[in-house]
Amino acid sequence: MSLDAAMPRATAPAILPGSGGLRGALSDLFWRRPQFLLLLMLLPPVLWLGIVYIGSLFALLLQSFFSIDEFSGLINRQFTLKTYGDLLQAANLDIILRTVTMAALVTLAAAVIAFPIAYYAARYARGRWKALFYLGVMLPLWSSYLVKIYAWKLILAKEGILTWLLAKLHLLWLLDAWLSLPVVGGNSLSVSSTGTFIVFVYVWLPFMILPVQAALERVPGNLVEASSDLGASPGQTFRNVLFPLALPGIVAGSIFTFSLTLGDYIIPQIIGTSRLFIGQAVYSQQGTAGNIPLAAAFTVVPIVIMGFYLWGAKRMGAFDAL
Amino acid sequence: MTSAVSFQKVSRHFGSVRAVDAVDLDIVPGEFFAMLGPSGSGKTTCLRLIAGFEQPTAGSISIFGERAEGVPPYRRNVNTVFQDYALFPHLNVLDNVAYGLMVKGIGRPERQKAAEDALALVRLPGYGARRPGQLSGGQRQRVALARALVNQPKVLLLDEPLGALDLKLRENMQEELKSLQKALGITFVFVTHDQGEALSMADRVAVFNDGKIMQIGTPEDIYQRPKTRFVADFVGSSNVLPPDFVQRYAGQHRWGSLRPESIRIGRAAKGDGVAARLVSTNYLGATTRLALDAEGLRLHVIVPAGAALPREGEAVALTFNREQLHLMDDLG
Repeated sequence: MSLDAAMPRATAPAILPGSGGLRGALSDLFWRRPQFLLLLMLLPPVLWLGIVYIGSLFALLLQSFFSIDEFSGLINRQFTLKTYGDLLQAANLDIILRTVTMAALVTLAAAVIAFPIAYYAARYARGRWKALFYLGVMLPLWSSYLVKIYAWKLILAKEGILTWLLAKLHLLWLLDAWLSLPVVGGNSLSVSSTGTFIVFVYVWLPFMILPVQAALERVPGNLVEASSDLGASPGQTFRNVLFPLALPGIVAGSIFTFSLTLGDYIIPQIIGTSRLFIGQAVYSQQGTAGNIPLAAAFTVVPIVIMGFYLWGAKRMGAFDAL
Repeated sequence: MTSAVSFQKVSRHFGSVRAVDAVDLDIVPGEFFAMLGPSGSGKTTCLRLIAGFEQPTAGSISIFGERAEGVPPYRRNVNTVFQDYALFPHLNVLDNVAYGLMVKGIGRPERQKAAEDALALVRLPGYGARRPGQLSGGQRQRVALARALVNQPKVLLLDEPLGALDLKLRENMQEELKSLQKALGITFVFVTHDQGEALSMADRVAVFNDGKIMQIGTPEDIYQRPKTRFVADFVGSSNVLPPDFVQRYAGQHRWGSLRPESIRIGRAAKGDGVAARLVSTNYLGATTRLALDAEGLRLHVIVPAGAALPREGEAVALTFNREQLHLMDDLG
């Protein structure tokens, strides 16, 4: 009785009527032709990416094939490779070399620091400790980039906590010895290349930890056991099993650390020497110098470098796991 | 003679869980030893204790007379075939098999030759260049076996190696493993929850329950003369008869075990035998399994295919030979 009251079986039709109206018709249409729904969902982002983002990037790159009239400062809108000739001047090559070297060193250091942290998180951390790990890695990403950099400027300054700490530990001579070295040294850490390096590593480290952790998470624990079972010492297991299997994650992380360092112009401006990085060169060429073609040519450099980098990474299988 | 593996009062506790509880065990060199039990009975933990992945909480383990506590897995001349094979996905089959020799520092030509031989031994010659991902489950299983055997271990541990294979393949592999073990003379320690597998392959079987060994013996011992109710029930799902029932039909007040295939079904009218009523029939192909209700006791009977079957609900009389009824201790 009660069942019949809840579900009047005799009267229910086998096919329910449509809900009617425009919404009902649309629901039925999207169900029958799912590609319409897909089109509707993808159209806005595709338009944004295609026109606003890629379009303006293309417009900028086009500028690199124009040249500037050195007397009038006006842009000569005729296709030429003259600007690229300017790019290859020793001073500009110096900027490129400095930036690429910094990006490579930052990437290497980030990988070395990130691996043990990622390994711990992937293999040992459970429950609350895992949550704490994610919080610890992500928390810096939620605070302002500028605030973090200025905080580091204070930390690295001559009157900063680092100098104070080293003085308390009677290790100030070590810092002074390091700062007296050419290229990496300077008056204090905050105005040295070492300082720039430290802050770059700090700021981009989470982007290395997370992909490495994801890669290690996918390595089944019994592979480590199998390696050990077959007679491999922990060091051999690391070299022959863990590292090769984590490599795609390291490469994926290095894409972030490398490209972000290549393009950044704020960190080297606030912390470090007066020697320019690519980002700063672009900034000053398009701003004060008003040389848009050379600025555009400079932006091509990281794009080309990253193109080769991604091509190499793809060949190493960095995207297989995506 | 020293045992291949010897456990003396070995326990492994995880917090308050006694995964392995004061186990004594002696595995004879060259034998095919099976550890049988339901999941969570401690058999896999025992295997991991031999491999060195676990350390005992108490007791001592020796492998060929040498104390093994505190010895890491990579210093034990013992190799494992893992349940899901644990092949290295980034290495091809040949490098997988040669891995153990590679980490021992054996030169490339020599270890590749040995790996090729091992692959031939498991009947996968010429598969060296493939990736594990390109192999079927049965082939992966053979690669895992070759990878372990190439190191010529003193003891080979197999952790439910046939669990993931389909029935046909499993039967083939059982025969192959058995003949391989005979040919190589290596001690095999085989963990399984499949009693048929344990009985058909092993020289001796240890039946585990709740972290303890219930009985160790030859397959025939275990099957025909189970020591406890658990063994009788788990191995071959025997009919376990309570003491009152046994008292009436065998004259002793003890637990009894009666194999389903030793019960005969007859007409109810004859008078002798245990009065029962057929509850259900399960057709199994070569045999048919009948569930009967006898004096409130659920009994199972296996009859060969083609035998005349009573109808469901029909009253029948069950008979059996007195000597088929095995009496047991009142343990677990």
